Amino acid sequence: MTIAHEFDYVRPATLDAALACLATDGSRVLAGGTDVVPWLRDDLIEPELLVDIKAIADLAQISVTDGRLILGALVTFSDLIESDVVRDAAPVLVEMAHQVASVGIRNRGTIVGNLCAAVPSLDAGPVLMVYDATVEVARTDGVRSVPLVEWFVGPKETQLAAGEMVTGVTLYLPAVEHAAVFLKLARYSGEDLAQANLAILLTAEHECRLAFGAVAPVPFRAADIEAVLSGNALTDAAIADARTLVAESISPISDVRASAEYRTHMCAVMVERGLRAVASRLAGDGPAYPTHLI
Amino acid sequence: MRTVTRHQIRTIVNGEPTSVEVEANDVLLDMLRTALGVKSPKIGCERGDCGSCTVLLDGRTVRSCLVLAVEADAHEITTVEGIEHDGLTAVQEMMIEQSSFQCGFCAPGIVLAAAELIERAPRPTADEVREAIAGNLCRCTGYESIVDAVLAATGSGTSATTSATSSGASS
Repeated sequence: MTIAHEFDYVRPATLDAALACLATDGSRVLAGGTDVVPWLRDDLIEPELLVDIKAIADLAQISVTDGRLILGALVTFSDLIESDVVRDAAPVLVEMAHQVASVGIRNRGTIVGNLCAAVPSLDAGPVLMVYDATVEVARTDGVRSVPLVEWFVGPKETQLAAGEMVTGVTLYLPAVEHAAVFLKLARYSGEDLAQANLAILLTAEHECRLAFGAVAPVPFRAADIEAVLSGNALTDAAIADARTLVAESISPISDVRASAEYRTHMCAVMVERGLRAVASRLAGDGPAYPTHLI
Repeated sequence: MRTVTRHQIRTIVNGEPTSVEVEANDVLLDMLRTALGVKSPKIGCERGDCGSCTVLLDGRTVRSCLVLAVEADAHEITTVEGIEHDGLTAVQEMMIEQSSFQCGFCAPGIVLAAAELIERAPRPTADEVREAIAGNLCRCTGYESIVDAVLAATGSGTSATTSATSSGASS
């Protein structure tokens, strides 16, 4: 099936040139294309102009500066898996990337594209949220930085406005010792969307951050669960308390991939399993990165 | 009706410098099959889920149904036709010996997924092979004969022996 909709295509070499193209009505960014091309085929989007940003070398950066891990808009899931910088700074990103779709999709699909597609089950959402990530947005007349927790407006809806593009995402690495986990519940390994996903980050100062995906219209930080866990050691009683809060924290739907009841039950299992794994990782005797924890 | 811009793109397809005129909405899979007559990438789901249209783009597997033809400009495309230099590769020979396929529709994609894996991990584990081919759907075989062939061709033993000591990453 061909793409019926007709459009123009440009591949600018600089960010300024790309932003100038995006300032015209009907333009749209193309990076990995793993979402954009199916949307074109299905007539879900009908751009006048596709602006391919893959020639803008600066957007491929992966770097750590002043405790911030910066991932440019062209960084693919395979890039995460193969990056020594990522493995040292935030190995849970590798754990996440290994569970995204298939190798052929990971080679092409970008983390930023995942954030822009904003499907509720996106795997990059929860894991970036526990690092208090910000989305870096540019337009011809300036830049802005949007906290990821405010980025998602609804399913497939973000704060991105006409004329803007995302240049990258910034993760804030905790200064104190910490560990993290990512759990993805799916029907089978490879090529499946999440029925539920969960990221947890735990610091040596007992700060605990949890973010869920696929069990609400958008990924979110579970503030109530974080409140009962933070400030104290992760005891069995604390983990039990966290489990009891799961059902009221999430709002899953029933769909082709799972029922709401199953998602609710499994999220409690994932919280307990994830908390025990992250605590053991922090203690130095946990499962190696990357591991499938569920 | 708008006038679509046409683009003259230059690629290397299976080692041959190639120049093709494409429209912006042409898909790489269709360009390979229709304009160039390279028929090993198959038209399956056309939404990136089945892996039958897999090609190597600069040595990495991509879904050619998800790549616009114009994006291939200045890049190198390799299909199964292009990985055979002195006859079949060791993996292909072993796939024949182990009867890895029945209908063969998924074979080109899986051969390329295995080729990419072996380039990066010359002696892969069974779990690594399964991860590499996870997005390449085969409706005939159940995959065991495919995994076994890749392991045998790379001297990595059989899936039965290696998965017993693996970390269970296929859960």
